[in-house]
Amino acid sequence: MSTTDVTSTPQDVQRFRGSRLELVDLTLAYGPIDVVKDVSFTVAPGTTTCVIGPSGSGKSTLLRGLNRLHEPKNGDVLLEKESTLTVKADELRRRIGLVFQHFNLFPDHTALENVALSLRHVKKLSLAQARELAHRRLAEVGLAERSDHRPRDLSGGQQQRVAIARALAMEPEVMLFDEVTSALDPELVKGVLNLMADLGKRGMTMVVVTHEMNFARGVADQVVFMDEGRVVEVGSPTALFDSPQSPRLQRFLSEVL
Amino acid sequence: MDWFDTIGRTFLDFDAMLQVLPQLLGTGLKNTLIISFAATIIGVVVGMIIAVMGVSTSKWLRIPARIYTDIFRGLPAILTILLIGQGFARVSQDIFGPSPYPLGILAVSLISSAYIGEIFRSGIQSVDRGQLEACRALGMSYGKAMRLVVIPQGIRRVLPALVNQFISNVKDSSLVYFLGLLVSERELFRVGQDAAVLSGNLSPLVAAGICYLMITVPLTHLVNYFDNRFRTGRRKPTPPRSGLDEVDEFDPTIIHPQEAAR
Repeated sequence: MSTTDVTSTPQDVQRFRGSRLELVDLTLAYGPIDVVKDVSFTVAPGTTTCVIGPSGSGKSTLLRGLNRLHEPKNGDVLLEKESTLTVKADELRRRIGLVFQHFNLFPDHTALENVALSLRHVKKLSLAQARELAHRRLAEVGLAERSDHRPRDLSGGQQQRVAIARALAMEPEVMLFDEVTSALDPELVKGVLNLMADLGKRGMTMVVVTHEMNFARGVADQVVFMDEGRVVEVGSPTALFDSPQSPRLQRFLSEVL
Repeated sequence: MDWFDTIGRTFLDFDAMLQVLPQLLGTGLKNTLIISFAATIIGVVVGMIIAVMGVSTSKWLRIPARIYTDIFRGLPAILTILLIGQGFARVSQDIFGPSPYPLGILAVSLISSAYIGEIFRSGIQSVDRGQLEACRALGMSYGKAMRLVVIPQGIRRVLPALVNQFISNVKDSSLVYFLGLLVSERELFRVGQDAAVLSGNLSPLVAAGICYLMITVPLTHLVNYFDNRFRTGRRKPTPPRSGLDEVDEFDPTIIHPQEAAR
């Protein structure tokens, strides 16, 4: 697997213009049950926030609230100081990309078509433009030579990188990652995490729900610990991992580390 | 061996069969196929509308779809055909002329659309919810996501069931004979039956039966063949590859040397 044709085009390396994201008393509910309660924190432009916490703590629901795949019950999410609740949901989702735990690639489409589909039908690019851009995005995630493979002919790690390329192709201002390495074989996790770290370095604003504590410690600018739908602690990785204040976080870290 | 002769004369009177054969193939087979194809095509169009209504989040779309499906699946085909064929004869006369043929096609279409609607609905609902979510997360509207991603995947899964429905329509098309068709409009069963009256034995009907089997049996096996193909899926055989090779596939220092140097 050579990547030489990719390195020959370093001018493609673009910096992202990540936006500022601010959660204000965000509450999300399933029917009568609040699963995310009064969550507030701010993600500065171009920074990475990792959300950690035990399962059932509302992390994934929180992410879906940020791009309104789950409509908030209360509170607000501000994108560049503007309420996301006042814009059209479809419009908002073009600005906030989401990558899923189980990739959710389109199985009948090749890697290239997976990336090109929304370029064509949402961004309304011509077929040629969409394919060209999709190819560039795939190259950026190290999959230039796999563009004609269907998802089932790719490894989990490669599928997840296609999914990231697909989300990036929409040129989002914020990227959300929902436990994106949880379904991967252990040796494939690194490639995906490296890619995410790279996006962070290039200025993307990211909210990452993860169980990879080393990633949170090494890459995050801010770590949010959630339990039972509430934010229990927020701070720098060193603060949370080296001197956790709350008993819940101490307990959680002792279980996972 | 008297009874053996009787059975032979009743079912296997080859002269009677040969005599009816041109009519069976020229008129009967043609009309059976016209009715079946038309009913399947109309059934697919109406069925898709019913299916999309059936998976809608709005109960004002869901409930009518449910009622439609319950009625046309719940009634015996012959009853639907008679009610529509005779009940709407006056209206039909103004539009299509005196022949009940179009109404027969319409009745079989309505019946098959109810079944096809259920086939499509089950196909659409079998598509993983993550597909719709992925589309929505990319900024597609619900309609676009359904049209571009969810429905095509759902249809592919139910193609075998659709062929089965076509087979069913071939058989149901025989019921149209109750409406009293013109000679040139008669389908296999009616042609066979008319000839049976003349020959005084059942051999023409046996010949008609053979015609039905020539359509339905190969299709049944075709379905099984396709079913297997769709289940396993076409796949480029690729040699197994170690996950360890992939670890280096995304190395930022290789892909963005300048960036890494910063």
